[in-house]
Amino acid sequence: MNAIKQAFRTVSDLWSLMVGLRVTGKYFVEPQRTVRYPWKAVSTVGTFKGHLELVGGTKDPFKPRCISCGMCAISCPSGCITVVKRKPPKPTPEEEKAVAEAKTRGEKVKDQTPKDPEKFLYDFSLCSLCGTCMENCPTGSLRFSHNVYVAGYSRNDFQYDLVLQLREAEAQAKPARREARPAAESEA
Amino acid sequence: MTRNADMEQVAGDFYAENFAKDASEGSLILNLGPQHPSTHGVLRVLVELDGEYVLRAEPVIGYLHRMHEKMAEVKTAAQYIPNMGRVDYGHAIAWNWAFVGAVERLAGIEVPPRAEYVRVITCELNRIASHLLWWGAYLLDLGAFTPIMYAFDDREKILDILQSPTGARLTFSYFRIGGVARDLDEDCVKAIREFIPWMRSRLPMYKEFVSDNIILRRRIEGVGVFEPDLCRRYGATGPVSRGSGLAYDVRRDEPYSVYPKLDFVVPTSDLMDARGRYDVRMEEMAQSLNIIESCLDQMPEGDTLVKGAPKPSWKVPKGETYFAVEGGRGKIGVHLVSDGGKNMYRVKLRSPSYSNLSLFAEASRGTLLADAVAILGSLDLIIPEIDR
Amino acid sequence: MPTELIRILISLVAFAAAVGLIALVMVWVERKVCGHIQRRPGPYEVGPWGLLQPLADALKLMGKQLVMPDQADPFLYWLAPILVFVPVLLLYLPLPVGDGLYALDINLGVLLIIAFAGFTGLSMILGGWAQNNKYALLGAARTVSQSVAYEIPMLLSVLAVCFVSGSLNMAAVVKEQGTWPWNWNVMTQPLAFVIYIVSALGETNRAPFDLPEAESELTAGYHTEYSGMGFGMFFLAEYANMIVVASVATVLFLGGWQGPVLPGPLWFLLKVSLLVLLFVFFRWTYPRVRFDQLLNINWKWLMPLAVANLALTAFFVKVAQYAFVK
Repeated sequence: MNAIKQAFRTVSDLWSLMVGLRVTGKYFVEPQRTVRYPWKAVSTVGTFKGHLELVGGTKDPFKPRCISCGMCAISCPSGCITVVKRKPPKPTPEEEKAVAEAKTRGEKVKDQTPKDPEKFLYDFSLCSLCGTCMENCPTGSLRFSHNVYVAGYSRNDFQYDLVLQLREAEAQAKPARREARPAAESEA
Repeated sequence: MTRNADMEQVAGDFYAENFAKDASEGSLILNLGPQHPSTHGVLRVLVELDGEYVLRAEPVIGYLHRMHEKMAEVKTAAQYIPNMGRVDYGHAIAWNWAFVGAVERLAGIEVPPRAEYVRVITCELNRIASHLLWWGAYLLDLGAFTPIMYAFDDREKILDILQSPTGARLTFSYFRIGGVARDLDEDCVKAIREFIPWMRSRLPMYKEFVSDNIILRRRIEGVGVFEPDLCRRYGATGPVSRGSGLAYDVRRDEPYSVYPKLDFVVPTSDLMDARGRYDVRMEEMAQSLNIIESCLDQMPEGDTLVKGAPKPSWKVPKGETYFAVEGGRGKIGVHLVSDGGKNMYRVKLRSPSYSNLSLFAEASRGTLLADAVAILGSLDLIIPEIDR
Repeated sequence: MPTELIRILISLVAFAAAVGLIALVMVWVERKVCGHIQRRPGPYEVGPWGLLQPLADALKLMGKQLVMPDQADPFLYWLAPILVFVPVLLLYLPLPVGDGLYALDINLGVLLIIAFAGFTGLSMILGGWAQNNKYALLGAARTVSQSVAYEIPMLLSVLAVCFVSGSLNMAAVVKEQGTWPWNWNVMTQPLAFVIYIVSALGETNRAPFDLPEAESELTAGYHTEYSGMGFGMFFLAEYANMIVVASVATVLFLGGWQGPVLPGPLWFLLKVSLLVLLFVFFRWTYPRVRFDQLLNINWKWLMPLAVANLALTAFFVKVAQYAFVK
């Protein structure tokens, strides 16, 4: 008797197979979720952390705010940042003379060297994108880009100079600016 | 070819040779992994088969060892957080929390109330994502291909939500000592509020599509029975022990953060088999949704990072502490020893997958090969967490 | 009979071309349907709607190096993929696609198909054995018990239909059935139809009965070590076999080319495609059964049911004979 009961239960359980077919059948006709990548892109790129980039100043967006203090390099857990400071420019004889005179007068000499870095070397292949550098930057001159389309053929392709990147961005933006100006003038 | 000659030729390395020593006559020694579809990574399992029956099984680990504990000794506390996201890619935020919590306990840092709620919300979202990942992958082990696609559809929504405060999609390093890196913004809170009813509407579909399926039920019911005693002996935690009727959950039994203020049930199952563990995880997803919902209701305004939060050069005060959180796979513990120096003296990571895996050798004995795969999958192993 | 011979030769060539084409189309259908079930587009880049994707894959497979593992049996290793594909061509011979549209009018058409279908299992065993690979060996061992077991209820269910029709000739079986769905054998033999479909899944190693190649347990089962076209042959044969079992089901149960309004071959194609679509849906919906369960389903459920069905059919056929013919 028990065996017969069990057999009947097995047969009735087979109904769940029909339910499964109903679910797949339903999704078969529903619209797809795939974003066909090369033709379309996902909409959430804006919140993605890509590689680091330097933030430009308020006056000149292509001159980094960075003051080459090196806090980022110290705080980085993977040691992927190297900040190369600018060397002071070779002083002209007049300047040297002025400095020497000032020293004899006992005045403090202000270092005229620009504070922005000569090079900001960043090894993206080592970076773990934790954001520690960004949080410890006293001038807020680092941020994550939203560039998700980073690809390269070798490890060397991921060794960036962020200052150079900023300059490239400037070179790209310049022609656009030049075009924009005459248009604005003609309107005026 | 004689059997011995065959052995010598095939049994190459130390583990296989050692394992083959005790092999009985006429059995087949099979090397599952390190590259095998059902080991989800580089776990290697040596099995001795008699036909389709598993006589013995022995997991071999260490293929993904990345010296996370050693790395703690050469980094300062704040610099160590990114490592935590990489220990367990399934539930990275719980590992974040375990380490950060240990440091905070040792240094006596008070976390702002809003940060506590943000921590709970992100941690529970990540737990759902982790369970969805397990669900899809487990059914893949059992030969059903489609569920993982449906699971990833939902998981993708969670990752989109988590991407907005954390910026990452898998290996989050979101927590900071004394809070979290960024607050949840308006859009993010709105997205979470929209996600909760969506996920609630999906769970019944999972049930009727897969959980009630007769083939699945026959595959996992009565398979891999873990007696509560076995779980205790090997230190199994999380859904594995809860599936055996042990109602132990760190969130309730060793409460941390704001969990005591939240209303949730710790689901258990007395079935003790793969089905029990399956049910517990499915129910945990629903419970996590409840937790997130009540967190959103209770969440106060305010800072998400304590004033004067430790800088990278900050030294952990001298002392020793242990802090545990409930991860997707069980109890995640961090034992932290500091001598007051620049770097931490010792960090011991207790990973739940490691303890849970140790059940496998005993539980798989005498089962069919397909059952052994079903048991291995039901443990919800994350290999990088085992090796650390 | 030279005309008969010429007819067979021509149709063999035609079938060789058709089987290749059908298998490629089947691969496309499977991937496309699977994609849509999983809310993905499936292949869409190569050709319109990705139609040329299987062709590109086949070309890729042909271009790959044929690798044989160390200490494998070279003769059996290369024989197996050929042996798996050649009988498939023979299986198409007695299939009546339309009225009078068949290669071989043979009285024992059903028997021919069932007999040659056994070759698939044989070549899997040979391939699995020859590879010197433990996974492949386990896959081959599974094939042995599975194909032997599932052939019996399949045969019994087919036999029940033949009792009703009173012939083993496929064209005759079709002619016996009428134009409309309620005239088809599936109405008088629903149980045999279900048994046939289930054992056909087992016979062709389709999910949920794809135990010999269960990738989560045996990586790829009996074709683990095959690369390039060696694997490609197994792959194509699987799809060609699927068409064969669907065609046989159409002929025996669903009235073959018979149907209202539309021409015969079109009806035949339509019915076969629907059955194949059903198989594809099964694969992407269900988990895989365990091996002991697979055998239990066969020996404890399908076998007794098929025997009972056959006995009942025989009884009623005899009763009908006495009642109406006398």
